[in-house]
Amino acid sequence: MTERVTVVVIGAGHSGLAASHALGKQSIDHVVLERGDVANSWRRERWDSLRLLTPSWQTRLPEHRYDGPDPDGYMTMGEVIEFIERFATVSGAPVRTGTTVTSVRRTDDEYHVTTSRGEIRCRAVVIASGACNRPAVPAFRDAVPASIQQLTPFDYRNPSPLADGGVLVVGASATGVQLAVELQRSGRPVVLSVGEHVRLPRTYRGRDVLWWMAASGLWDQRHDEVDDLTRARRLPSPQLVGTPERTTFDLNALTAMGVELVGRWAAVRDGRALFSGGVRNLFSLADLKMARLLDTFDEWARTDGCDAEVDAPERFAPTRVPVSTPLQLDLRSGRIRTIVWATGFRPDYSWLDVPVLDTKAQLRHEGGVVDSPGLYALGLPVLRRRKSTFIHGIEDDARDVIAHLANYLDARR
Amino acid sequence: MTTVTNGVNVQALLDAREVLKNAPEAAQFTWRASSKWQHGVHSTATIQNFFGLGGEQSHKTEAVFDADHPEIFAAEDNGITPIEFLLVGLASCLTAGVAAVAQNRGIQLRSVESTVEGNHDIRGMLGVDSDVRNGFNDIKVTFTIDADASKQDIEALVAQSQKRSAVFDALTNPTDVTVEVA
Repeated sequence: MTERVTVVVIGAGHSGLAASHALGKQSIDHVVLERGDVANSWRRERWDSLRLLTPSWQTRLPEHRYDGPDPDGYMTMGEVIEFIERFATVSGAPVRTGTTVTSVRRTDDEYHVTTSRGEIRCRAVVIASGACNRPAVPAFRDAVPASIQQLTPFDYRNPSPLADGGVLVVGASATGVQLAVELQRSGRPVVLSVGEHVRLPRTYRGRDVLWWMAASGLWDQRHDEVDDLTRARRLPSPQLVGTPERTTFDLNALTAMGVELVGRWAAVRDGRALFSGGVRNLFSLADLKMARLLDTFDEWARTDGCDAEVDAPERFAPTRVPVSTPLQLDLRSGRIRTIVWATGFRPDYSWLDVPVLDTKAQLRHEGGVVDSPGLYALGLPVLRRRKSTFIHGIEDDARDVIAHLANYLDARR
Repeated sequence: MTTVTNGVNVQALLDAREVLKNAPEAAQFTWRASSKWQHGVHSTATIQNFFGLGGEQSHKTEAVFDADHPEIFAAEDNGITPIEFLLVGLASCLTAGVAAVAQNRGIQLRSVESTVEGNHDIRGMLGVDSDVRNGFNDIKVTFTIDADASKQDIEALVAQSQKRSAVFDALTNPTDVTVEVA
């Protein structure tokens, strides 16, 4: 028998719960379907040492904020799970855990949702299933010799089960940098393959760099004001780590720890990894972009008049180019025992039977309004604003997207 | 913006980018060169036709290039060495990129000059030492640019030019090459 509700929300992470909160405010009846438990990805798809990149004072949900002892710190995974769980409880979200959505189809003017626990018909659907459902790993992983263990961030928990010996970490964005630090410290020599990356200092002029992103208004920039939106949405996460010491782990810091840098991993040929020789330019691009961003901050501080409240402007040393960046590495030599693919993630829409994906398997949407009437999305990078990528970005996004949804329902009542 | 006259039709490039977003098949190009052995290590390469935008295309005129080796290699020096052609390709590709990016960013260029140096240990290609590679050990490009822009903006021009350069990519990343006998 098919159940009827007005709106189905898919996913009980911070986005789905914020959608539920906004729907509740408008008294729109809905259910939140969750394949596992509330905050499932944070529970099961993260490594042990991970902390949020945003400081805790900044990690907000609608009418729900951090009230612990260390607002300048970064939440551990346990704290994130607790934070999201508490939000679900306080806002009384109608979550159905252990309910996997296997299909969403459009039928007449409605949607038909098939789950592991039955069928639901609804007038609107909010997709809040996340942007990081699957690790994205290049196809040449199949050419890596079987003697090397390959891990993705979904398999990796901590260094201890890994073989002693070298680790090749592929990708130098937030994930790659964090794991490279952890693995190098565990006594396993790390080779880090560096592609395009976003360099940021952890703190700037005495404040968390993400304070600057928010205070200067940069994060509020709307998706339709962003120069190259496709690029902004695909941008890798910045080289930031949330540590109690607020340490900057840029490539210079990693080099000083003994991590060896190589260029982007381009191919495997005859059991050898071949790396790009273009790494200097990636360093230059990242250094130039960081300098431009810091200029923007300084300019804002001058004109906004908060210059006196923060420390003096700083500039950071350019990324040091290693004396030699090897162009190849023999994967059969035994030097590398483990490869960790920190090459990004992609969403999984294999259950979505509505033709709304582009050629790169991303949702076609305009600020979360998906290209099919009554279908919405939340919790994707730069969905409506630059801050949409981060947890606290969901408050404005959920309000706007659910307002659109409510209008849609009203117009068809 | 509109007063910048670097001579690059950026609008045409931006339009092409928009069109090709939805027509990836039209973006498939094949560049061709034909080479003919002359004498000794001297050969002549000619280039005129290529394929792109779904059809056969042609340069206005046929271009002919002589490749040879210098006299210190006991050759006749009828033209530059093949590996020097790579330097020509890299310099001209990066220079074109600088001009295009400058136009797009509203930066007026007055002069763009560069020198390209490729360091080459010829023991590899002579078979003296099999641990030495045949090709360049490394390449260094030095730009001298006079433009209405800060040093930082000029550095960003050169960085963006590398990021979008076909030849820079072809030289820094492995390419699958097939050579067969017809």
